Amino acid sequence: MKKQEKKVYPYIPNSVPEIKEQMLKEIGVQRIEDLYADIPENLRYKNKLNLPPPLSSEYALKRHMDAIFTKNKTCEEYISFLGGGCYNHQVPAICDEINQRSEFLTAYAGEPYEDHGRFQSLFEYESLMGELLDMDVVNVPTYDWSQAASTAIRMAERITGRKEILVSNIISPDRLMVIKNYCHPVVNVRMVKHCPETGKLDLDDFKSKLSKNTAGIYFENPSYLGFIEVQGQTIADMAHENGALSIVGVDPTSLGILTPPSQYGADIVCGDIQGLGIHMFFGGGLGGFIATHDDEKFVMEYPSRLFGITTTTVEGEYGFGDVAYERTSFAEREEGKEFVGTHSALCGVTAGVYLALMGPEGMQELGTSILQKSQYALKQISAIKGVKAPMFDSSHFKEFVVDFNKTGHKIKDINKALLEKGIFGGMDLSSEFPEFGYCALYCVTEVHTKKDIDHLRDSLTEILGEGGQE
Amino acid sequence: MSGRKTMENNSTFKLREKFHQAKWDEPIIFELHTPGEKGVLVPEVEQEIQEAVGDGISAIPENMRRKSNPALPEVSQMRVLKHFLRLSQHTLGADFNIDIGQGTCTMKYSPKINETFVRSPKAAAIHPCQDQDTVQGALEIIYKLDSFLQEISGMDKFTFQPGGGAAAILVMVSIIQKYQELRGEGQERDEIITTIFSHPSDAAVAAVKGYKVITLYPDDLGLPDIEALKKAVSEKTAGLLITNPEDTGIFNSKIQEFTKIVHDAGGLCGYDQANANGLLGITRAKEADFDMCFFNLHKSFSSPHGCGGPATGALGVCESLIDYMPIPLVDFDGNKYSLNHNLSHSIGKVRGFYGVFPAVLRAYAWVMSMGAEGLKEVAEVAVLNNNYVMKKIQELKGAAISYPKTQGRIEQVRYTWEKLTEDTGVSTEDITNRMVDFGFHLWSSHHPWVVPQPFTIEPTESYSKAELDEYLAGLEKTVREAYEDPDKVKNAPYQSVSHKIDHHPLDDPEKWAVTWRAYLKKQKKGE
Repeated sequence: MKKQEKKVYPYIPNSVPEIKEQMLKEIGVQRIEDLYADIPENLRYKNKLNLPPPLSSEYALKRHMDAIFTKNKTCEEYISFLGGGCYNHQVPAICDEINQRSEFLTAYAGEPYEDHGRFQSLFEYESLMGELLDMDVVNVPTYDWSQAASTAIRMAERITGRKEILVSNIISPDRLMVIKNYCHPVVNVRMVKHCPETGKLDLDDFKSKLSKNTAGIYFENPSYLGFIEVQGQTIADMAHENGALSIVGVDPTSLGILTPPSQYGADIVCGDIQGLGIHMFFGGGLGGFIATHDDEKFVMEYPSRLFGITTTTVEGEYGFGDVAYERTSFAEREEGKEFVGTHSALCGVTAGVYLALMGPEGMQELGTSILQKSQYALKQISAIKGVKAPMFDSSHFKEFVVDFNKTGHKIKDINKALLEKGIFGGMDLSSEFPEFGYCALYCVTEVHTKKDIDHLRDSLTEILGEGGQE
Repeated sequence: MSGRKTMENNSTFKLREKFHQAKWDEPIIFELHTPGEKGVLVPEVEQEIQEAVGDGISAIPENMRRKSNPALPEVSQMRVLKHFLRLSQHTLGADFNIDIGQGTCTMKYSPKINETFVRSPKAAAIHPCQDQDTVQGALEIIYKLDSFLQEISGMDKFTFQPGGGAAAILVMVSIIQKYQELRGEGQERDEIITTIFSHPSDAAVAAVKGYKVITLYPDDLGLPDIEALKKAVSEKTAGLLITNPEDTGIFNSKIQEFTKIVHDAGGLCGYDQANANGLLGITRAKEADFDMCFFNLHKSFSSPHGCGGPATGALGVCESLIDYMPIPLVDFDGNKYSLNHNLSHSIGKVRGFYGVFPAVLRAYAWVMSMGAEGLKEVAEVAVLNNNYVMKKIQELKGAAISYPKTQGRIEQVRYTWEKLTEDTGVSTEDITNRMVDFGFHLWSSHHPWVVPQPFTIEPTESYSKAELDEYLAGLEKTVREAYEDPDKVKNAPYQSVSHKIDHHPLDDPEKWAVTWRAYLKKQKKGE
């Protein structure tokens, strides 16, 4: 047994030639090749895959990755005012400590026995979110806000038996694309106008579009463009009077201080938990939540896993398991509610840790901090000649549109110049909302300091040229 | 089979008969509430800002100000840490386990070096809307993994936007739909064909998109019935969604006939490659004439499963369907990487931004560390391990492979305890519960149980022979107990965190509780 000089792979224990021989012998075949006998010859791939030569040692791999990483500039190296669905918030160290634990990181689909901790931590996530949202049912996270909104809409379709959804036209165009694809061809998506001055839902337009086909209205609060919708209860009442549902997308980081949608009539609430202790990851840190009241008619329409608490054969012992599992596609394939699979569970575990750390006061302080800092930024930016901020005459949370039209400067050019100053300027809205002209969506969170914001003001003043501050 | 066994090659194993999972008797986080405690502080707001804008909340209209704080628990930092560390110890991750009992899910090793890349601020602290010049590294990783997967599958372009296998299926169905609509046959072609041993999501997603689902069942060899396919296709056929090997582990040697029949009928063919681990470098989607395929980066490409995501269903298509893909794609002009939003027939999007970047990063690093020969070794050893385990399981009393007329299996096998259940009354679920007592996880199988009392084992390439032997020893002991003392198996587990749970409240609207607040309300009502 000395014939081979074959490579042994640390991740493949049985790449050891002697072990292979022994296993082949036990199976009763000569070569591994024989185990592929069912694959027709014409389907066999005869070439060697054309892939880069392997970087087998950890050291070589790290050198390679580090070299690629130098081409990324981070929001730690630059001051970032980017938001638009992915947010730069403080990530408490404990959040990473927990989500990097091998137990959670590498768990998957264990039963409530060996994975009792996975079930409990996700039950706790649901429970903590339930308090924040003031609702009794929250799902194990779905992919992201876009999926959560899409599913909320499909739930409304099934609950009401109606095939049209009304959607506020102030929505992330990306999210709208997800919703439209997910609804097509079963549910018709119809847009509702906004008031050009305030951004709020145009109630006349809403009223004119409500019909016996309307399954619900979907709007976001705070909106994609940061303003706060104050007509939530009126919108819900109008929907309900018409037999339709009110579906509200919400940023959970606002809920320490803003009224949760359930308190202004929302039937289904959804949003993203990335801001709750999860890094941005180039947009990869998203996780979607859906919440409702504890009404069987609603609960039975969730496609997601819902982890619930129960008892065991031992008095006083908590057990956990799936609530109403038979509604899922795991149980019923195409007869189940939409589909379930691998979504964003670890984001849920992390957000649970985050909310446990923050507590009620922490969430209130977070919201207050974001309000104060974003209001300060608004004040500084709007003082620059030719710049209007916010564009909409409403109160805002975390994000706001800055209107540069009067400066004659394109956002693209402003942001290139800001980059030179160490700043990632606000998101260019010129392709998403071309009708706005030269406008950018700025995001200010608790991580920004006065110095950061003043630097932005000074840089913009300089870039926008003569005139400067009024 | 207790004590340490020495094998002829000197590798050893021991069945952990004295195993006991950690049991902290841990309360619910709300029960740790101590008024006034804090877990973490929020960055402070400078005095000057407060002076400039006031309390912040006054600017918010009265009806939008939250009236009372959310009833979250107040817990100091170390107690929060301890609580969740204890819950982690109540969770049997793949790193602790010989995780071969979750067939179809490819519970392989996720190398730790790759976690260090994910934790770098260069991956974690980048925003998707940054100037593209500032994220060239991230775009390069996406672009290059795309090119690797093109080579592995023979497809022409990949997207990593789908956040899991089901989301990749959603893209496949959406592309099929758009393709048929643009051909003017969207209305007529309202049927999607799949097979019973393809993932439930293949059927479920098609239904979400308004399709009638036609499900093919196996013939007596365990292959999806090709005669049934011939009967199923018509001018109503929009497309086919199929795995191969299917969840039985049987490779469908007629797969090229399948794609031809569907193509001839005017449909597109989407290959669900969730079960690709035994095929890397062996056979490809292209040669079997598929139009699209997807790999789960959290399965075959080593990204960890994270309790069920975040994950990635990497979706690849042939040249003629690139225009239908979700936007944006990552392009390279020889000098610079960029995002391409200009696809004329794009289905739109299925997720925000560009997908789960950490999963892409890990998969990239993993392929870079393995190389072409390494990937083939992965496939071959996964198949070797599977066939070894299959040989041993067939020697167990009461156990058998499904569809025994076909002996060949690729990377996994769907087995049956039918005989054991008949003999002893012990069910596959009872056995899964007993395996917990030895530190193992065993899953039954997806529903419906076409194979009675099923279980599915997928050994992957990650476990040593000694570990496979240890797992087999656990099965052997459980089988012996089933025949000698069935109640012992039926009342399991004994060594786990919790004892047998009562499922009834979970299905009763009067009793189920998805949150602690609902639980407290219902408790109170019940008193």
